Parts: sequence; C-alpha cells; structure tokens
Amino acid sequence: MGRKLLLEHINVPGINTFDVYRSKGGYAAVEKALKTLTPDEVVEEVKKSGLRGRGGAGFPTGMKWSFLAKPEGVARYLVCNADESEPGTFKDRYLMTYIPHLLIEGMIVASFALGAKTSYIYVRGEMMPQIRILERAIAEAKAKGFLGKNILGTGYDLELYVQPGGGAYICGEETALLESLEGKRGNPRIKPPFPAIAGLYGCPTVVNNVESIAAVVPIINEGGEEYAKIGIGRSTGTKLISAGGNVAKPGVYEIDLGLPAEEFLYSPEYCGGIANGKRLKAVVAGGSSVPILPANLFLKTINNEARLMSYESLSDGGFTSGSMMGSGGFIAFDEDQCIVRNTWNFARFYHHESCGQCSPCREGTGWMEKVLHRLEYGHGKMSDMDLLVDVSKKIEGNTICPLGDAAAWPVASAIRHFRDEFEWHVTNGAEATTRNYGLAHYADPLPTPEPVAG
Amino acid sequence: MLRVEDLQTTPVEFSAELIAKFDDVVSRYPEGKQKSALLPILHFVQAEFGWVSPDAMEKVADYLSIQHVEVFEVATFYTMYLLKPQGKYFLEVCRTGPCCLVGAEKIMDYIEQKLGVKEGEVTPDGLFSWRGVECLAACGFGPVLQISPEYTFYENLTPEKVDKLVADLTAQSKN
Ligand SMILES: Cc1cc2nc3c(=O)[nH]c(=O)nc-3n(C[C@H](O)[C@H](O)[C@H](O)COP(=O)(O)O)c2cc1C
Ligand code: SF4
Ligand code: FES
Repeated sequence: MGRKLLLEHINVPGINTFDVYRSKGGYAAVEKALKTLTPDEVVEEVKKSGLRGRGGAGFPTGMKWSFLAKPEGVARYLVCNADESEPGTFKDRYLMTYIPHLLIEGMIVASFALGAKTSYIYVRGEMMPQIRILERAIAEAKAKGFLGKNILGTGYDLELYVQPGGGAYICGEETALLESLEGKRGNPRIKPPFPAIAGLYGCPTVVNNVESIAAVVPIINEGGEEYAKIGIGRSTGTKLISAGGNVAKPGVYEIDLGLPAEEFLYSPEYCGGIANGKRLKAVVAGGSSVPILPANLFLKTINNEARLMSYESLSDGGFTSGSMMGSGGFIAFDEDQCIVRNTWNFARFYHHESCGQCSPCREGTGWMEKVLHRLEYGHGKMSDMDLLVDVSKKIEGNTICPLGDAAAWPVASAIRHFRDEFEWHVTNGAEATTRNYGLAHYADPLPTPEPVAG
Repeated sequence: MLRVEDLQTTPVEFSAELIAKFDDVVSRYPEGKQKSALLPILHFVQAEFGWVSPDAMEKVADYLSIQHVEVFEVATFYTMYLLKPQGKYFLEVCRTGPCCLVGAEKIMDYIEQKLGVKEGEVTPDGLFSWRGVECLAACGFGPVLQISPEYTFYENLTPEKVDKLVADLTAQSKN
C-alpha cells in the first residue's frame, strides 16, 4: 500500500478546521520555509522533488517557478487554478472540501518562494460551497498569524483571496483564467508572452493547479529528495486519481505514481473492478481530453507490457496505442456503454465550451458534434468517420489554446480504436438506437509482438 | 440566440449592504484594477435579485467606472449568470459524459416529467425551473445536481431522491 502524502488525514473529524489540522502537523511547512529556508531554497526543493504540474500538462513545477521574471519594483503573483472542469476530474473539489488548510498552507509556502505578496485562488463559480469553506479557512489562518502582515514574525507579508469564476470550462486554461480574473471574458491569450513574464495585470505570474500547490507541503516537510524516491522515473511522488464512470468504487484515490493500471482498476483498495460484475470495455485515463483506449490497450501497452499509472507509461505508444496522464480523471466504461454516444457527448461539450476566437475550433467542434449526433441517431454515412478524422486534423495544432486539441483527440482516438462500432451504427442504424454494440473484441488479449531480430 | 436588446429589463436598486459587499471585493485588487471585481459582483447581484437584468448590468458598470458593454459581454459569456428570471429553486443537472454513464439522462427525463416543464421553463407556481449543465467536478458521485442561489449539492441521484427533494423544497417555500 502506498503512502498518503495529501490525503493521510482526510478522514480525521474536524480536519477542515485550523486547530485539528495544526494538531496533525499542519502548517509545519510554513514554519520550516519561512523560518529556516530562503525563497530560492524552497524553489530548489521543489525542483529536486521532480513534481510535475497536476493540472494536466505535467510541466515540472520547480522549473516553472524558476522561469518567473523578477524585475525590480514589479509585483509578482501566484494564482491557484481551482477551476476544475475537465470532465472526469473531481480531485481538487474533494481536496478543498475536506482538507482546505492543505491548499492554504501550500499557497503560503509557494507565495513565499515566488516573492508574491498577494495571491489568488481562482475557484470555478459553481463551487460556492467550496468558496465558503476556503474563505473560512483563510480567515482562521489569518487570525492565527499565518497570513497577513509579518507572518510568524518573519517580516513576510501575504494576502490570500478567493476569486469565483462564472461558469466556463475554458477558464481552466491559464491565460483565459487570468483574463477572467481581470474581469473579462475568458478568451485565452496568444503566447508568448507566457504568464511567467506577463501574466496577471501584465506582471510576472505563476499559475498552478490545486494539487500541485498542495504537494509542495509534503515536499517541504520531507525534502525534495525524499519525495522523489516515490514513484517511477520522471513520474515522482503521489497523484490523486478521481475514478468514475462504471468502476465499482468511485472516488478520489492517492496512488504512488507507477502503480500498475490493472491493480488500480481491480484491487479492492482502489476501484474494486467494474460495477455490477460487468466487464471493462474502455478507459479514458486522464480526463475527457485525452485519447480513449479499449480495455486491452489500457491494461497492456502495444508491446504487451503491463501499463502503469505514470506519465510515461500512460503515453507509451503515442497517439497510436497510448493515451495521457492528463489531470487524473479516470473514466471506466463497462461492456454496455456506447462509444459513439459518449464521443458525441464529449464533442457537444467542447463545442459548448469553445470560446469562439479561432475558427478551426469554433466551427470544427460544431461540425464534429453535428456529424456524431447523426451517427449516434442512425443517420450517419460510411464516409462520416473519415470526415470526422479530417475535421479533427484541421483543428489540431491550428488554434490559440489547447482546447482545440482537447476536442480533436477524443474523436480521433475513438474512431481509431472503435471504428467497427461506428461502422455498425451506419450499417445497423435502426438497431443502434435500440441496443449497444457491446464488448466485441475490445478486451481480447493483444497479440504477442514479433521478437526483434538481433 | 438571446440578445441583450431582447431582454426584459427590471429596474433595480442596490442597497447599502450590497454596495458594502462590492466595496469589500474591490479592496482585494491593486489600485485601478477594480474591474477584477466584476465576476464576484455579478454573483452578488444574482444572489440578491435571482437574475442579472440589463439595468443591473448598467448599474454595475457605473459602480466600477467601466463601459456598459464590458459588463454585457461578461454577463453573456459565462453560463452561471442568468439573463432571465428562473424558478425560486433552479435545478442544474450535470449532463456530461461520465454522469451519463451512470444515468444522468434518465434523471433529466424524470425531472422534466416530475416538474412538468421543459428545460429553461418555470413551473406555474414560480417555484422550480431546471437545465442541464456541464461537468460539475463530482463525476464519481453522479448523477448530480446543484440548486442555486446557494448551490447546494445533491449526489447519487435516483428518482426517489428527486421526489424527496422537490417535496422538501416545496414545503420549505411555504415557511
Ligand atoms: C481547455 C483547458 C482547460 C484546463 N483546465 C484546467 C483546470 O480546470 N485546472 C487546472 O489546474 N488546469 C487546467 N488546465 C491547464 C492549465 O492551463 C495550466 O496548465 C495549469 O493550471 C498549470 O498548473 P500545473 O502546472 O500546476 O498543472 C486547462 C488547460 C486547458 C487548455
Ligand atoms: S482553441 Fe478554441 S477555446 Fe482555445 S482560444 Fe481558440 S476558439 Fe478559444
Ligand atoms: S460528468 Fe457530471 S460531475 Fe463530472
């Protein structure tokens, strides 16, 4: 069983209050950082830890921090991305609901490291209950001298505020988030300049996911090197995985990176297999934006090796036979789910959420939704699959922000791996509206690869 | 497509308490960056009046010393701001993929039938309206819905839970 660095105390009664959190060793990282380390030393620990951004892109956090511009006399900002809207992902909401002080503590340490005097937690507006929880936690921390002027007598000042969004998935994209925080529509900015040079109000800014910020706490407490001992290769530490869809035990699990995918899915310690004794058909391993995999390719890589829950292993095989870690939004599909219907649903989502700035994304997502709708409802054509792949290719790489790619990948991968199910929707249109294609061959063992002649 | 000029408008007055809340939000940002308060202020307005009317948008713009259009474009971009009045209890049901794997579509059908109104319409007694919304970051506990103005959250929905919810809210509205 892996170690819990973030969720160890999540079930302790009252852990959402300052006093209980403190009695469990909470805010020790703030004391250690502010009293015994310099800001650069904190950055150094985070670099050593190998922590990679938990918001989806997996960019090394310490490196991101060291890119922050530090011109004399210009304010610097830390903004926490708590917009969590990627379908399948619900770990940040969980963490903020049950152990809000972990995020507050991480924000204080990270703000100190970056030299920020004002920091914001941008929470999606729908999470009003979590906003109230965080505001209460901030008030408690401030009353105890962990926020505000001259924190713990160290001379460091920090104000921390919670900012609500207004309901828009695109505001999870970091530059759209900054626009939104400035009181504007959430239109992503053209990069460069990157936020590290010109972010909030044109000032140098770091944007980090809730889980990335929370992970800074154990990294400072135990040291970056200790943290890096957990995990495998460049996937260090623990990761929160939000498991949903048809798993037997949905919920948020903290795993050591590198856990075998099969163990994660079937062990009673984690997902406990598929609900109602059904069989697994497909998995979206990292939130709706990452490629979908049939059961066999999720459990094994194309080389017939066990797939692991790590950045590298989940993307093993590239887009031909692999997927991505993404945000850790794990969605399992049982044998009775329809891949066409789900692909249509996701396409509808991206069309609804496109900000509309780039024509390939604005128009392409609309076309994909329309074509998938007709396939799902039995009016599709055999040429529709190639049409969809063509549209997805025209979006991919041709837009201002990655939402376009995020819309293209699920469609392209569904057709790549489940083309016969799409074709069946065309040939058996009427039948497809009354029953599903079923498991078919999607869980069959993979062929053993030819040994490479040496 | 809803256009700003098509919206009905209702004149609103901002109370001293409401303005005090606005002032508090504005104090969180640097000098001259008061526009950052726009999204939080629109949430306060909606909590107070139940929706965001064009008149309220203009008054918010004047309060923040920004152009009216700067408020219109924000109020129409974000899905949470309601551009017309809704039921006293507005049920927002997640309709995105993961929740559909565990029955969200059936729950939406059930709500439509139970309330007897289509998505976006208000029940004759003014108590309820509903709509489908995108992933609410609770996919493991689906189907889910939230009820504004408090955004109270309900998980693992079943028809029985919906029945109880509607009955409880109806009773609550009479107190
Ligand atoms: C369309 C879109 C939506 C995103 N949504 C989120 C989100 O909800 N939460 C998040 O942390 N990152 C999200 N991201 C990634 C952010 O742009 C950014 O990479 C991240 O917040 C950086 O934090 P990290 O390095 O700690 O992961 C999204 C990106 C895109 C393109
Ligand atoms: S890719 Fe889509 S969401 Fe991103 S900026 Fe362009 S139109 Fe907007
Ligand atoms: S899909 Fe419904 S909460 Fe995420």
